[in-house]
Amino acid sequence: MSSAPAAPPPLLHAVGISKSFPGVHALADVQLRLAAGEVLCVVGENGAGKSTLMKILAGVQTADAGEIRIDGQKVAIDGVDRAQRLGITLIHQELNLAPNLDVAANLFLGREPRWGGSLGLIDPRIYPDAEACMRRLGLECSPRTPVARLSIGQRQLVEIARALSLRSRVLIMDEPTSSLTRRETERLFEVIRDLKRDGVSILYISHRLAEVRQVADRVTVLRDGRNAGELAAGEISHSSIVRLMVGRELKQFFHRPAEAAAPPGTAGTAVPVLAANGLRLTSTQRRPIQFEVRRGEVVGLAGLMGAGRTELAEALFGVRPLLAGEVRLDGRAVRLRSPSDAIKAGIVLAPEDRRGQGLLLTQTIRRNIGLASLDRLNLLGLVARTRERELAQRMRRRLNIRTPNVEKPAGLLSGGNQQKVVLAKWLARSPRLLILDEPTRGVDVGAKAEIYRLLRELTAEGMGVLMVSSDLEEILGVSDRVLVMHQGELVGELPRERMSEQAVMQLATGGEDVP
Amino acid sequence: MKKLLGLALFLLGLYCLLLLSDANARSPANHFNLGRRIGLYGILTLGAGCLIISGGIDLSIGSVVGLCATVTAMLLVDHRWSPWAAIPAVLALGVAIGLVNGLLVTKLGVQAFVVTLCGLFIFRGAARWLANDSVKGLGGRFGALKYALYESKDVLGLPMSLVIFLVLAALFTVFLHLSVYGRYLYAIGGNEQAARYAGVATDRYKILAYVLSSGLAAFFAVLFLMEQNSVQPTNTGNFFELYAIAGAVLGGCSLRGGEGNVLGMLIGTAILWILPNLTRMWGVPSQLEYTVIGGALLLGALLDERLRRRGERRGVH
Repeated sequence: MSSAPAAPPPLLHAVGISKSFPGVHALADVQLRLAAGEVLCVVGENGAGKSTLMKILAGVQTADAGEIRIDGQKVAIDGVDRAQRLGITLIHQELNLAPNLDVAANLFLGREPRWGGSLGLIDPRIYPDAEACMRRLGLECSPRTPVARLSIGQRQLVEIARALSLRSRVLIMDEPTSSLTRRETERLFEVIRDLKRDGVSILYISHRLAEVRQVADRVTVLRDGRNAGELAAGEISHSSIVRLMVGRELKQFFHRPAEAAAPPGTAGTAVPVLAANGLRLTSTQRRPIQFEVRRGEVVGLAGLMGAGRTELAEALFGVRPLLAGEVRLDGRAVRLRSPSDAIKAGIVLAPEDRRGQGLLLTQTIRRNIGLASLDRLNLLGLVARTRERELAQRMRRRLNIRTPNVEKPAGLLSGGNQQKVVLAKWLARSPRLLILDEPTRGVDVGAKAEIYRLLRELTAEGMGVLMVSSDLEEILGVSDRVLVMHQGELVGELPRERMSEQAVMQLATGGEDVP
Repeated sequence: MKKLLGLALFLLGLYCLLLLSDANARSPANHFNLGRRIGLYGILTLGAGCLIISGGIDLSIGSVVGLCATVTAMLLVDHRWSPWAAIPAVLALGVAIGLVNGLLVTKLGVQAFVVTLCGLFIFRGAARWLANDSVKGLGGRFGALKYALYESKDVLGLPMSLVIFLVLAALFTVFLHLSVYGRYLYAIGGNEQAARYAGVATDRYKILAYVLSSGLAAFFAVLFLMEQNSVQPTNTGNFFELYAIAGAVLGGCSLRGGEGNVLGMLIGTAILWILPNLTRMWGVPSQLEYTVIGGALLLGALLDERLRRRGERRGVH
């Protein structure tokens, strides 16, 4: 039906796009159509394939299969510069500007009009030209202002101005409002309306469904790397989008032995492992964060990218300062000024950036496992080698770390086994509260199941677990209770009976909690 | 381990060439002299090496040597302090300088390269100002001290500086390879954030590494004064930071941090001093000495990079 003979070809038409990375199918046979002067919003859960699709259209990555047509003509997009010549520009989430150069220099970077040919002097006319571009977008500052002095919103406008000066016909905006103030967001929407009037098309990616309703002419939903459905202007509503984003069968992957969950009678009465009262992480946060993790409980912390889950985890681990609030562990107030405070109190974190924050990749598995326990392996200042090796071997057996021996560098292990090493490092200390941030990202299915089983064993021994995850299946399959964050605040709590993908997504996207 | 074996073979090769070159080169006197150099400069390399393993760098070593040697000479001669007071005072000065460097790097977040580059200028200027640019000598005095710290051959007939170095190297082997603190330095150099997330008080151990570097530079200064018998505030210690760093890097310490060991530092220092000796024996003009050292260092770096790339292909990042 995409080739109705009478209709003019869409400005941009992607057909059957597929892309896989080692171990994952990021995109499978995805279609996308964009008309001139149209704003198409692309939504989906984290990992649904939105960013990969946009990167393919912008030439950052190439598709394994599929075809891209512009004005009905098949084109090959094999690089960012090629995409830009074809009129497609990606406005990056992390802005790509040189902060030390002024606005005009950034606008013309790499294609400065020259003066005197091979002398290579930059034509001073870039300043009036830049100014004209800037005025069109309502950017009210001098083109000689260094970008470092602009706000994030203004920088984004500079990027858009740059794209327009490249005669772009398609702008791809990936979460453009994630770091904008309310007023800057309004300003961006005005710019988007003006651009539409000039025939520029926009692919708009956002997690914020309220915004999507505001700007979209049409919404297309991706789920697990496939098209999940489309909504025309009249059909766009919070619940219609959420229904398309979720709506899939839960696989029977998480076997939860009934007796393993904390008996309901005792859970309420006992002192919680963790009690967080009145936490404030940012000054803009309206409501303080309040929650508990009880003995033997896995609490899932859900939310979309940038909702503040990692920040909360890091604050509980002492990496990030708390502006206000009190943390009690087993009923005792603890001070958390550094990770070593947290560790001494019994709070540990398996961080999201496993390779960057969790492991010494070039050093041995034994050393990685021993690192957090050196205070206990300390014999008059020397490392008790034999005990360290015994510890590493015990942990290797307990967590089934697949390695010929513990003297191999941790960097050689697969993602799942690396995560097991991180967990081994912490389990060696028998912590009270284990915080996991995206525990199974980049982990294969087999190791995932092992990690879930391990969590159950640990909670059966009375440990509390707080698990941040973007994988809804995982959140629903493993948690006894789910907390949901949205824009830096805790917006809801779902007990076991009310946990569903619909309910979590509803809260995570800023919707009301409907019991 | 493979790297260390390669280095040892390289050193052995150089040594064989040296033995083949000339009867002078084979003489006990040449060996004694070589041992003396290696022992002396190896002390600097131990400190610089620990710092490099923790991911830091110290460019002020040479100027700290200059300042500390000047202060030692002035305390002993001009102020008539007893060596029992002067030497601890100078060591304390070295420790204090390391403490300041470390605090600037960790607490104020200034780049190590910049902090210690400033130190290079500041301490040199301080030495020249204190001594008013004049040479400070021990003259014929302090014979017992010179004997004890420098001239003695009482221990197995070995040069005293080599004996001191070997003792220190043994201590540093225990410190770096067997102790908890050494483990922390490797962890910090390997991945500072991961070390911090594992509860290591990273700032404290980084400061410790700076203290070791400057403290050993002060100790070296005392020994160097005993050898030279006098100190020239304007140039004593010039370039010594580069010897120290070169020895560590030749010995397998990576400036990226997290890599290196004491045996490597020993071998690196030995290579660093055998090379010029060899070139001299082979009749290469002495003006080319630095060029030969630089060339050897470059060759080592190239080989190291190739080994690293091969390791990466196997999956270690």
